[in-house]
Amino acid sequence: MINSILIPGLIIIAQILAIIVPVLISVAFLVYAERKILALIQLRKGPNVVGPFGLLQSFADALKLITKENIIPSNSNKMVFLLAPIITMVLSLAGWAVIPFAPGWVVSDINVGIMYLFAISSLAVYGVIMAGWSSNSKYPFLGALRSAAQMVSYEVSIGFVIITVLLCVGSLNLTKIVEAQETVWFAIPLLPMFIVFFISALAETNRLPFDLPEDESSLVAGFTTEYSSASFVLFFLAEYASMILMSAMTVILFLGGWLPPFDVFPFNILPGIVWFILKIIFILFLFLWVRGTFPRYRYDQLMRLGWKVFLPLSLLWVVLTSGFLVIFNLVP
Amino acid sequence: MASFLLEYLPILFFVFIALAIAIGMTTLSFVIGSSKPDREKLSAYECGFEAFDDARGRFDVRFYLVAILFIIFDLEVAFLFPWAISLGKIGIYGFWSMMFFLLILTIGFVYEWKKGALEWE
Repeated sequence: MINSILIPGLIIIAQILAIIVPVLISVAFLVYAERKILALIQLRKGPNVVGPFGLLQSFADALKLITKENIIPSNSNKMVFLLAPIITMVLSLAGWAVIPFAPGWVVSDINVGIMYLFAISSLAVYGVIMAGWSSNSKYPFLGALRSAAQMVSYEVSIGFVIITVLLCVGSLNLTKIVEAQETVWFAIPLLPMFIVFFISALAETNRLPFDLPEDESSLVAGFTTEYSSASFVLFFLAEYASMILMSAMTVILFLGGWLPPFDVFPFNILPGIVWFILKIIFILFLFLWVRGTFPRYRYDQLMRLGWKVFLPLSLLWVVLTSGFLVIFNLVP
Repeated sequence: MASFLLEYLPILFFVFIALAIAIGMTTLSFVIGSSKPDREKLSAYECGFEAFDDARGRFDVRFYLVAILFIIFDLEVAFLFPWAISLGKIGIYGFWSMMFFLLILTIGFVYEWKKGALEWE
C-alpha cells in the first residue's frame, strides 16, 4: 500500500530534480555565454580567469553573492520584501513542469499546457510589483511600475499569437502542438506571428532593447535596486530561467519542438531532446545577439510598439488565420 | 481522485521543490552571510541624499489606464482560447459570432486610440 504511493512519488521527485538542476546549471552557463558573446561583439575578452576559459565564473559570482550580507532596508515591508524574489523564482521554475522535451518526456502532460504556461508567465508580474512596492524607495518603485505596465502590454499580443497557433492545432496540449508541426513548422506559415512572439518575449522577460525596468542610466537597477545577496541571486536566476523558458515556448510553438528540420537520414539520427536543446540554444543566441546590437527603446516607443503595432497586427492575424482555415475547410 | 486531477500532482510537487530551493537560498544567506547593519546602510537608496519623503507618492495615471486596457484585452484572449480549439465543431455560425464580437472590440479599440489613451508623448 505504502509502496504504491511512495514509489511513484519518488519517481516524480526524481523527474522534477532532473529538470530543475539542469535548468539552474544552464542558467549559470547562459550568464557566462552572454558575457562571452557580448565581449566578442565588443572586441573584448570577457571572463577568462576562473576555471578553464572562465567557465566557472558564474559559480564564483553566485558563491560570492550568497556569502554577502542580505540587507533589508529599514523602512521596507520586510516580509513582502523577502517574499518577492522567492515568488519570482518559483514562478520561473514552475513553468518547466509542462514542457515536453521529447515524445513522452514531460513531468505533467496536462491537457491545458499552453494555458498553464500563459498563466504562469502572467503571474510573474506580481514578483516585480511586490519587490518595487515593498522596497519603499523611489527607483525600485518607478522600475516596478514601468515593468508591470510593459509586461502586461506585451502579454496581450503574446495571447493573440498563441491563439493563432491554437487555431492551427485544435488543442491546448503542448505535445499535440508539437505533433501538429510534423508537416511544416508553424514559423513558416505564421512567420509574422513568430517575429511578434520573439520580440514580445524579449519585452516580457525585460531583456534589451526593452530593459526599461532596470534601465541603469535612469533607474539605477530598477526594481532590484535595494536587493542584495541571495535575494538578488534569486531575481537574477529567475530572469535567466524565464529567458530559457520563453525560448522553450518559442521552440514548441513555432520551431517544431523536438522534431528534426527534415525527417530524412542525416537529420533524424539525433534524438529529439538534442534537437530541442539545439533550437533553444539558437533562440537564446538571438536574445544575446539582439542585446549586443540594438540600443535601448524609449518608454513611449515601447508602449507604442506594444499597443499600436503588435496588438492590431496580432488581432488581424487571428481573424485572417481563422478566416483562411474556415474558408478552405482546414480547421482541425 | 479523478485521474485528470492526478496529472496536476507533479505540478504541485514542482512548486514545492522550487519553493524549498528559493527559501533555502534566502535562509542560507542569513546563516553564512555577515550581518553588520547600520542606519546608513539600511536607509533607502537615493544617490547620496537623505530620502526626502516616502517613496509611495503619486504616479502617472497612465499606468492605471494600461492596467484597465490590459484587463479588457486579456479577458478577450480568455474568450478566444476555447473558441480557437473548438472552431472545427462550432462551424460557420461560431466563426461569425466571434468575428462580430471582435468587431465590437475593434470599435472600442479605435475609440480609445482616438481618445489618446495609448499616447505616452
